[in-house]
Amino acid sequence: MNKRAFMLGLAAVAIAGVGAVFWMGHRDYDTGAPAASMQADNPAQRIERGRYLARLGNCMGCHTEPGGTPYAGGRALATPFGTFYGPNLTPDPEHGLGRWSADDFWRALHQGKAPDGSLLYPAFPYPSYRNVSREDADALFAYLRSLPAVARANRRHELGFPYDQRWLVAVWRAFYFRPGSPEAPTQGQSEEWLRGRYLVEGLAHCAECHTPRNRLGAMALNAGLAGSLIGGQSWYAPPLTGDRTTGLGEWTRQDIVDLLKTGISRRSHAAGPMAEAVYQGFQYADDADLNAMAAYLKSLPAVGTDTAAVAAAAAPTVMQIGGKLYEQHCAQCHGADGRGRVPAWPPLVGNLSVVAASPDNAIHMVLSGGFAPSTAGNPQPHGMPPFAQSMGDQDVAAVVSYIRQSWGNQASSVSLPEVRRVREAAR
Amino acid sequence: MPFAVDKYKFLGGLAALAIAAPLAAQQPEKLEPGTMAARMAACTACHGTQGRAGPDGYYPRIAGKPADYLYNQLVYFRAGRRQYRPMQHLLENMSDDYLRQIAEWFAGQHPPYADPRPSRLPAATLERGRQLVMQGDPGRGLPACVACHGAALAGVLPAVPALLGLPHDYISSQFGAWTNGLRKAIAPDCMADIARRMTPEDVSAVAGWLSSQPVRSATPAVSLPEPPPLECGSQMRAEGRR
Repeated sequence: MNKRAFMLGLAAVAIAGVGAVFWMGHRDYDTGAPAASMQADNPAQRIERGRYLARLGNCMGCHTEPGGTPYAGGRALATPFGTFYGPNLTPDPEHGLGRWSADDFWRALHQGKAPDGSLLYPAFPYPSYRNVSREDADALFAYLRSLPAVARANRRHELGFPYDQRWLVAVWRAFYFRPGSPEAPTQGQSEEWLRGRYLVEGLAHCAECHTPRNRLGAMALNAGLAGSLIGGQSWYAPPLTGDRTTGLGEWTRQDIVDLLKTGISRRSHAAGPMAEAVYQGFQYADDADLNAMAAYLKSLPAVGTDTAAVAAAAAPTVMQIGGKLYEQHCAQCHGADGRGRVPAWPPLVGNLSVVAASPDNAIHMVLSGGFAPSTAGNPQPHGMPPFAQSMGDQDVAAVVSYIRQSWGNQASSVSLPEVRRVREAAR
Repeated sequence: MPFAVDKYKFLGGLAALAIAAPLAAQQPEKLEPGTMAARMAACTACHGTQGRAGPDGYYPRIAGKPADYLYNQLVYFRAGRRQYRPMQHLLENMSDDYLRQIAEWFAGQHPPYADPRPSRLPAATLERGRQLVMQGDPGRGLPACVACHGAALAGVLPAVPALLGLPHDYISSQFGAWTNGLRKAIAPDCMADIARRMTPEDVSAVAGWLSSQPVRSATPAVSLPEPPPLECGSQMRAEGRR
């Protein structure tokens, strides 16, 4: 009898637990935001505003395949859980947003739900987009509605088990997602700072790459913008915090604005996913918004990433081999002193991608080379040659160890498996 | 056509004499920031100084090819119509304007050609290759290469590339890519149609013969003497016809 009561109790607890998770995973947050009055402002202005915002947030980054029609979807996003394909955002009724209302769009951004109530994968970064204002969401929606409809069918995501079970997103949300607009303190802050925070934490979705994540892809609470490997891509998004060596501590506001607007700064160049964010997005943002973002980022305190990135010296033979390779292949542009030739060739001394805790960016650049994005402010970038075809793993490890430990740089030396992993990802 | 072939041999010999010598050593050039040569270091790492071709027998010469041809290829790589991950990576965040400037810069480079590598294929195969290049195989709907790429196979403005001075492996792998749909020009994609009509033996013979010929003319022809046997989307777009 006791046993039966115990079992019943256990079942009741289990049911209550499942119910709670279900409720937490599906609950909506009544933001009380007024339904947008589409007549309130000039529709043409609203569309133009939406175009600006869609660029700033680089919506095309996921919703346009290379060479494809803008916003018609299809771009692959590699993640540790599988490959997502951004859906069609054009007004096509079958495959796009043709049957959506402005309220549906708002709900997607804020609650992470499709119009039928099904849960969206957080590969669509609604944990950031929930910070977007109703006004801006409506402008984005008006812009997307103004595009020509493209009848391009959406491609199914290719996810491994159990991540292909969409209902499990409820569990993830129960633990990691708070719907609705967060309450954020505003006291004592300038309009500019508030605007910067609004953009950085909202539409620009900086945290999606720059904030560390746990094994289920959830951003660690209170670890904002402290730098993170971008899952599935072998690129490292450096800390945007005030840490002097590994973060933006030594950067001026102008350095930050330069990088966002032109793709290059005197401290380092944008590469990999950041080059795309600049090319498709930030280069079109107005100076006031870029300055606001820089002001907000410069206010972030150091979080200790410098200490974490300092490592023991590499073996003298590694430095010797690496130094020879550097002299042979790198010094002509980056200089024997590692100071580069600004603005053409970036310095390696104190370069965020060189001194980072993770060597992935430096390895990636040596293997694949690359151009900074070509922008209005830097229309003809200089290219870094790829060495994947001519340099073996051992040499890559030696030369990257060398630049990470020369001229005052004190980051860890690089191991062969690290080179192999990046080579595999860059293939 | 024996006369034509003899004439080519003669011209080819002259050209080879004139341009062979300076190629012996490819010293890395001193790069000055702000010059196109410095900006293009990422390209010349594989395609050779000034785009003269890589030393390893795969990366093709890009120097002196028609600017519109090069521009089309850059756009195609960026859009995934030609698939080669290292190229795609380099071009990801490049504006159309810059791609145009890059194409024009390489089109304006005329470094010397390397001597062709003698082919190891049997003489009968090479003769078959020569026939296909010069005459095609009308019974199978295969036009002659010279009908579109020009009598000297040096390409035709605005967008048809030269076929000489390219490595065997590069040529044959392009036919593979057209056949598999890994290399796609805008429609009508004439080379894909032709490639699908060719047997592997045809491809090997053509690649063997082309790659073993000395370069006859370093500059593309301005026009063809006869209208081309088929329409190609890339050339039509470059001519402003679509």
